[in-house]
Amino acid sequence: MAKLRTRKHKVVLARSRGGDAGITVMLVIMGAFMVLPMYYVIIQSLKPLDELWMFPPRFYVSNPSFKNFKDLFTLMSGNLVPFSRYIFNTVFTSVAGTFGNLFFSSLAAYAMAKIKFPGGKGMFRLVRTSLMFHETVTAICCFILMSAFQMIDTYWAIIVPAWATSLGLYLMKQFMQTGITDAVLESARLDGASELKTFWIIAMPMVKPAWLTLIIYSFQDLWNKGASIYIHSEQLKSLNYAIQQITAGGIKRAGASAAATVVMMLVPILVFVISQSNIIETMGSSGMKD
Amino acid sequence: MSSKTAQKKAVARKDMTRWQWTWKEMKRNKVAYLMVAPYMLIFTCFKILPVLLSIVISFTDFNLLQMPNIVWLDNYVRLFLDDDIFLIAAKNTLIFAAIVGPVSYLMSLMVAWFINELSPKIRAVVTLIFYAPSISGQVYLVWGTLFSSDSYGWANAWLVKLGIISKEIAWFEDADYVMPLCIVVALWTSLGTAFLSFIAGLQGIDKAQYEAGAVDGIRNRWQELWYITLPNMKPQLMFGAVMAITSSFGFGGVVTALCGFPSVDYAAHTIVHHLEDYGSQRFETGYSSAIAVVLFVVMIGSNALVKKVISKVGS
Repeated sequence: MAKLRTRKHKVVLARSRGGDAGITVMLVIMGAFMVLPMYYVIIQSLKPLDELWMFPPRFYVSNPSFKNFKDLFTLMSGNLVPFSRYIFNTVFTSVAGTFGNLFFSSLAAYAMAKIKFPGGKGMFRLVRTSLMFHETVTAICCFILMSAFQMIDTYWAIIVPAWATSLGLYLMKQFMQTGITDAVLESARLDGASELKTFWIIAMPMVKPAWLTLIIYSFQDLWNKGASIYIHSEQLKSLNYAIQQITAGGIKRAGASAAATVVMMLVPILVFVISQSNIIETMGSSGMKD
Repeated sequence: MSSKTAQKKAVARKDMTRWQWTWKEMKRNKVAYLMVAPYMLIFTCFKILPVLLSIVISFTDFNLLQMPNIVWLDNYVRLFLDDDIFLIAAKNTLIFAAIVGPVSYLMSLMVAWFINELSPKIRAVVTLIFYAPSISGQVYLVWGTLFSSDSYGWANAWLVKLGIISKEIAWFEDADYVMPLCIVVALWTSLGTAFLSFIAGLQGIDKAQYEAGAVDGIRNRWQELWYITLPNMKPQLMFGAVMAITSSFGFGGVVTALCGFPSVDYAAHTIVHHLEDYGSQRFETGYSSAIAVVLFVVMIGSNALVKKVISKVGS
């Protein structure tokens, strides 16, 4: 038997100082790689004009100003379509898509996780496989189908496909499987509650972390949607698309485009900060068995 | 179904054929079908049907305007024998996926493992730092600023100032640099869902197992990782692999945003770009469907391969 280090009769896990140091160094290096570009955008967005064109560019700002953010608003007001319209488009599609997804996915996830019915397992396996169907692979045929449904160039083209995401159902079903005990459901059913009522009153409140996760995934996805092949009309285009147009204005707009990037990234980051512990809890059951 | 419910209905399973039993079960669980119906309907329309339709269309010369003719394997033959750019795209995609997939997977796993024993508050901060680039939309455009072609780009400015290069390099317009740079950017944005899943998987392992392992003679953290940690989180490893494969093969938007379309000398042209080119610009739907099917088959194939590898973990 190997040498066993014990302290106050408690088993001490095998940890070497050298290993701890090595891990810390690796983490710092990788962390720097991740964080520096993010930091640079924020710094750029706060730089006044003379500092933006300094050689060599600095990684800090001497006279931070919010002028770039103000410029962003002036630039935006010059558009054909009022800027508030882009904001409305993105917020509306994000909210409508997210809530539909939450409702339809959890309804289906509950049935697949907690009711045994012929075909249920097969359906879930199909959804699990579809995690591999990348958007670009399906885009062209989606376009054909959407034309057939007359959904092209309407909000529906963005919203309806978002109602049934593979990842949303997958995470929800996995979480329900372990997060809801059958005994609770059984007793509700014995009390005469219908399956739909059991789902709504008993099951849903028990899986709050999972719906929060689903909301956030769905929201981030829709929030970051740029130009879409399904939308032609300027007045239906997304906020991200509008911001891309500003960024495409070239180097003269370096400050404003950095400001735009900061505005766009703040929302998903804030949402994640608030909900991190719930997401991690949901991910605990994300594993694929077999 | 449990025997209890079967008794309640007073019909034993052995009295019926398999189909009669299934039919009975289906009628008894009507509400379950009602619950999955809306999801399955939309899911089939926008996920399953497009894939099936691609396969069918890939055997035709459909172009969205005229009635399609069946051309059998012509599209595939053209793809592999007559389309040099497709072969470049296929090569790039494979290089890309072979580097970005495994590296991002291992990076996610490593970071998740490193931070596992930190205090919850510090862990939350570190998680945010590593996860943020993948959810921040267009933030990867900052790489275009850092590696901009003029001397205001950070990389050029310092390389010139330090005398390493005499003239600015047009990073994203130079066939030599485009691919490596795109790989770096891809890795930067790649710590996503798999990463979170790994963190949760590590947190979920019963601490008692480690203590038992220490008693059984586990001597260092590498042994602990291989014999206890990884076998315990196999389901998460599997899930993470699917996510990593899908995103590394489907990677393309970042390249278009940073290098333009098409990228210089097709140096970073991937199958995804080729697909978009023929699908939404040249409207050769039949041909682009064949490209989609090839990409799809490659994804499923590598997934099956990776599954085999992961099942060997810890043995």
